[in-house]
Amino acid sequence: MWKDQKKFDCIVVGGGPAGSTFARVAAEGGLSVLLLEKDRDIGVPVRCGEAVSDAGLRIFHEPNPRWIASTINRIKLVAPNETVVEFDLHQKGYILDRRIFDYDLAEFASAAGAQIVTKAYIDGLIIEDDKVVGVRGTHVGERFEKRAKIVVGADGVESRVGRWAGLNTTVKLKDMECGIQKTVTGIDVNEHMFDFYLSRKWAPGGYLWVFPKGKHKANIGLAISGYYAKDGKAAHKFLDEFMAWKYPNASVLTTVVGGVPVAKTVKQMVMDGLMLIGDAARTVNPVTGGGIIPGMRSGLLAAETAVKSLNNGGPTRKNLTPYEKAWHKIGGKNHERFYRIKETIFRFTDDDLNRIADGIANVPEDGRSLLKLFTIAASKKPSLLIDVARVFTGI
Amino acid sequence: MIEIAENKCDFCGCCVGVCPVNCIEVMEADIRIEHEICIDCDICVYVCPIEVLSQTDSKKSSSAAA
Repeated sequence: MWKDQKKFDCIVVGGGPAGSTFARVAAEGGLSVLLLEKDRDIGVPVRCGEAVSDAGLRIFHEPNPRWIASTINRIKLVAPNETVVEFDLHQKGYILDRRIFDYDLAEFASAAGAQIVTKAYIDGLIIEDDKVVGVRGTHVGERFEKRAKIVVGADGVESRVGRWAGLNTTVKLKDMECGIQKTVTGIDVNEHMFDFYLSRKWAPGGYLWVFPKGKHKANIGLAISGYYAKDGKAAHKFLDEFMAWKYPNASVLTTVVGGVPVAKTVKQMVMDGLMLIGDAARTVNPVTGGGIIPGMRSGLLAAETAVKSLNNGGPTRKNLTPYEKAWHKIGGKNHERFYRIKETIFRFTDDDLNRIADGIANVPEDGRSLLKLFTIAASKKPSLLIDVARVFTGI
Repeated sequence: MIEIAENKCDFCGCCVGVCPVNCIEVMEADIRIEHEICIDCDICVYVCPIEVLSQTDSKKSSSAAA
């Protein structure tokens, strides 16, 4: 029983995909793990478009049909002038049902031996001699303190755990995407296609998505850059206008809002007794806003390092640094390239976007791809072409 | 001063992520600002997707907060 246990090898703050993946891998490595989630449910509310690639998911798990609302093999782009461009994706993707997916990830962690507690809100760290040695918070109205050799900040967009420890996780205004999404039904959609609407009128500095969850149901959402949100029109107004125009008769099943940090990954991901993973470490792909797979990947790498450090020398910054290095080796370089691409494309005007849509529309359909699309998009800034080539071809 | 329309809040934490002085606290169904620490930079006002936060100081008031 977690309440009777004063000390753990690892305490994970946050029960999203990154936190649960860390908890599973660390527990499989023989560590005692306590995972604390502040909400009453793992996986709810779902603050997410729920899109993942098949290849990304397979790094961790064989895709379970229970998790999958739709399988996607085609993409549609709608330009500001309403030019529509479609093409097949080279690799398939999924729209998940994260209520089920996140639950299962937590169950895997539990099956591996981790203890999971919901309604456990952390509001501070125990720091001794500049080392993080535990957390303090409230569980259903009762104060508690727990000590751990390693505290893991998996606290998502907020990322307060890192800040309490002195790491700079604050997201700049221009690097925050302000999002809102409605899960709607009573509409007709192509259940195998991602729809992206690109325009300053729909979602300035971001995009609007229609991600199907069946033939008559979809996640319809958008995110606007904080850079444009400063102009005074909040995200919900953009979505209301779009829904009134495109899907006026949709029934809304869920409305959620949320911030997507499209920032560079934090410079320092570890310190003595502390690791940051997932959105809290700013691992979200800055171009797509996708955070599930990079979050799980960082959780996996961090847990592998945590296990090694506790078996050999203790959780010092030096011994936890291999995680930081592994992240930069596997995902980090591409992350920086994606960040540079994002820095250019989030300033595109509607004329730029129309030009890009015309460019890809002129390519025969079997020659269209995301690489081709971004190559056309980057043509105004040739130095970016190298980044585009590298992230899409793995050179 | 930053004012919170609590009945509008979805408790998403977007404002927490951008707060340069870490003075916003979002719980499962509660949001608080430590006004003694807040520097009234208004960044939280800009990023809120559903206009929960506003700046009450009219001299400071931005277009987003107005």
